[in-house]
Amino acid sequence: MIKVLKPGLQTTVQDQGRRGLYEIGMPPSGAMDQFAFRVANLLVGNHPNAAVLEMTYIGSELLFEQDTRISLTGGNIPPKLNGQSVPMWETLEVRAGDVLSFDFVRSGARTYLAVEGGIDVPLVMNSRSTYTLIGIGGYEGRALAAGDVLKTGDLHQCKVAAGTTIDKSYIPSYGKNHEIRVIVGLCSYRLTEESRQAFLETEWTVTPEANRIGYRHNGQRLKFVEREQPFGAGSNPSNVTDLGYPIGSIQVPDGVEPIVLLHDAVTGGGYATVATVISTDLNRMAQIKTNEKVKFAAVNLDQALKIRREQNEIFNRIAESLSS
Amino acid sequence: MSKSIIAPLPGVFYRRPAPDQPEFVREGDQVNPGDVVGLIEIMKTFYELKAEEAGIVEKFTVDNEAIVDAGQEIASLK
Repeated sequence: MIKVLKPGLQTTVQDQGRRGLYEIGMPPSGAMDQFAFRVANLLVGNHPNAAVLEMTYIGSELLFEQDTRISLTGGNIPPKLNGQSVPMWETLEVRAGDVLSFDFVRSGARTYLAVEGGIDVPLVMNSRSTYTLIGIGGYEGRALAAGDVLKTGDLHQCKVAAGTTIDKSYIPSYGKNHEIRVIVGLCSYRLTEESRQAFLETEWTVTPEANRIGYRHNGQRLKFVEREQPFGAGSNPSNVTDLGYPIGSIQVPDGVEPIVLLHDAVTGGGYATVATVISTDLNRMAQIKTNEKVKFAAVNLDQALKIRREQNEIFNRIAESLSS
Repeated sequence: MSKSIIAPLPGVFYRRPAPDQPEFVREGDQVNPGDVVGLIEIMKTFYELKAEEAGIVEKFTVDNEAIVDAGQEIASLK
């Protein structure tokens, strides 16, 4: 059992996500940084879909009531065990009575805690991920609160020795200026030529409205091509007839403040989506903080698939290095 | 020795609990550990910024409703 002494700002139980229900309007939720999530599970020998804790900006204070092993990956919110600094991206031994706490965030935005066996909460539509907007999944459908008691599950597959770590070259570093790769479309034709260019050239600033649902960016106003309002579309030039929103798609309501839709977002609607963040860079989006800078860089589908293959190869090499 | 209150997370800083209510603390006020000195709004959540040490608020170094960074000084204490 793990007792929550302090929850942090928004700590939720997440796994790889509630997949396969998008067509009924159910977003996947799940760990925002899937790379950090997967490595966290590897480092404690868990099944790849074991649930972890995702902590945003402020870490939790947790009392372990059992001996176990844990790992911490993702954004650098410096962890401490009984007040002593401990490393991230490493298998850590924890004893009953130990308290895990964190310093102020140094870099990145989200830290993942994996525990041997995974966090045990009921499966809802085949996933343990928390979707707070409608209050399902995770721990009672909400972020953790002080006094909650977490149980660990049976998704432990193999013992990983304490002190096991991954090659340093695989550990991402998180700066304050981010280049996020996108595929332009589906509705980019709705922007003027000038604004299509401006979208890619502007250094956008992430506003305080940046969470698991989406990230809003401030920069400059984008203009849409004049048109006759189509049947079924809203009257604003940024409206189109409803369409499905890919995860990572970017809409610009009224041309003001592009919003990148993320894992807890609405699955469709009537705003023109001007580009979509490629899947590997959704992990990097997860580590961006309010006030940091984002530039969107256009890639094509072949490049995006190549980047994804390379990222998968890195993950496979990490998995191999831990199993040998 | 000068001490400061640091924002542990980014967001919008507020000195009042609500627009029509008085400020949590004013410059010159005494604060004790755990006293709320302001709110930081992030991800549609209001985080209570608390003093971690006792002291007198010398100066707020950011304005009400300013956007602050993680690690930024909010107020200096003496």
